[in-house]
Amino acid sequence: MLVLQSAAVPVSVENSRIVYNGLKRSGVKIVSALPETWLIHLINMAEADPDTTLVRLAREEEGIGISAGAHLAGVRSALLMQNHGFLAAINPIVSLAFLYKIPLLMLISYRGHMGERDPWQTQGGRFTEPVLKALNIPYDYLANPKDVERQISEAQTLAESSLTPVALLLSRQLMWEA
Amino acid sequence: MQRIEALRVVYADIESDIVVTIMGAVAVELYTLGHRKNFFYLQHAMGLASSMGLGLALSKPDKRVIVLDGDGSLLMNLGALTTLAWYAPKNLIHVVFDNQSLLSVGGFPTATSAGSDLAGIAQKSGYFETTTVHSVEDFTRAWRAARERLELSMIVAKVEAAGPKSFLMDLPLLENRFQFQRWLKEG
Repeated sequence: MLVLQSAAVPVSVENSRIVYNGLKRSGVKIVSALPETWLIHLINMAEADPDTTLVRLAREEEGIGISAGAHLAGVRSALLMQNHGFLAAINPIVSLAFLYKIPLLMLISYRGHMGERDPWQTQGGRFTEPVLKALNIPYDYLANPKDVERQISEAQTLAESSLTPVALLLSRQLMWEA
Repeated sequence: MQRIEALRVVYADIESDIVVTIMGAVAVELYTLGHRKNFFYLQHAMGLASSMGLGLALSKPDKRVIVLDGDGSLLMNLGALTTLAWYAPKNLIHVVFDNQSLLSVGGFPTATSAGSDLAGIAQKSGYFETTTVHSVEDFTRAWRAARERLELSMIVAKVEAAGPKSFLMDLPLLENRFQFQRWLKEG
């Protein structure tokens, strides 16, 4: 089930593939996602991959529960969401992931930051990093394609060794070609 | 029907199943029947027991997953019903104890007291089979049918709004969590 209009938006297929390959090499088997423009190719790649289970969510907080179940059952997972979705999932991050020491690998598209043209995206951009810092969630920016695979692998490693959520911010520089 | 009566029926059959409960009376009453390493009590994050159940069911397709939910919790994450129905894990049975109230936080009524039909919502979301029962006899029949069916099923058990005097359990959250994970690894 491919999204037909995906060819019309200037989201980088090449860099989406690099991110997706990074997830694969980190052993991710379940990807929970809510669509957003920058994630179109990543979601399609997960959908097309017979070795990956893509779970399409109604709301981001479900993904925290799914990842918690998967982790306890020994399966690696990742969450794909927009920063506004991350903001919508704060309570389960606190009262499930932190409370029960559940590692989460969260890939968050960093909308509303420098270069953002959509007025409705701009407020989430102001609060994403302050909220990550307030929650003391380790995070990094995915910007340079040559670093992406190593960064995903290292984020995965830290999540599992510390048993906490970690976040990787998908930057405009990496995802957007316009 | 009392919740504990239905839980006794369930308890006898779930020795080797993956079991996730919500917080409050459901957790305490199951624990009182006798804790097992395959029981995970989600003591917070209301609404996410069903989502955890989905993650477990997708990760362990050869095991049965039992989610013991409540009306208040389920109402906080209704969208999860549509996600569960979409992926439709055949190995998941979703039991909802509907006492039409938020018992552990003062007993205030939930929308099911005004007629919201959780089994109906699940059915129209796409669950294979849903049913609402009012007696232990009907619960027992519905439970056995769900176990034999091996399709995503929901049983809404209408129970009295009564529970244990205390919600404390002599089992630290993290002990439960690591014990459960180890059981999943070895079981």
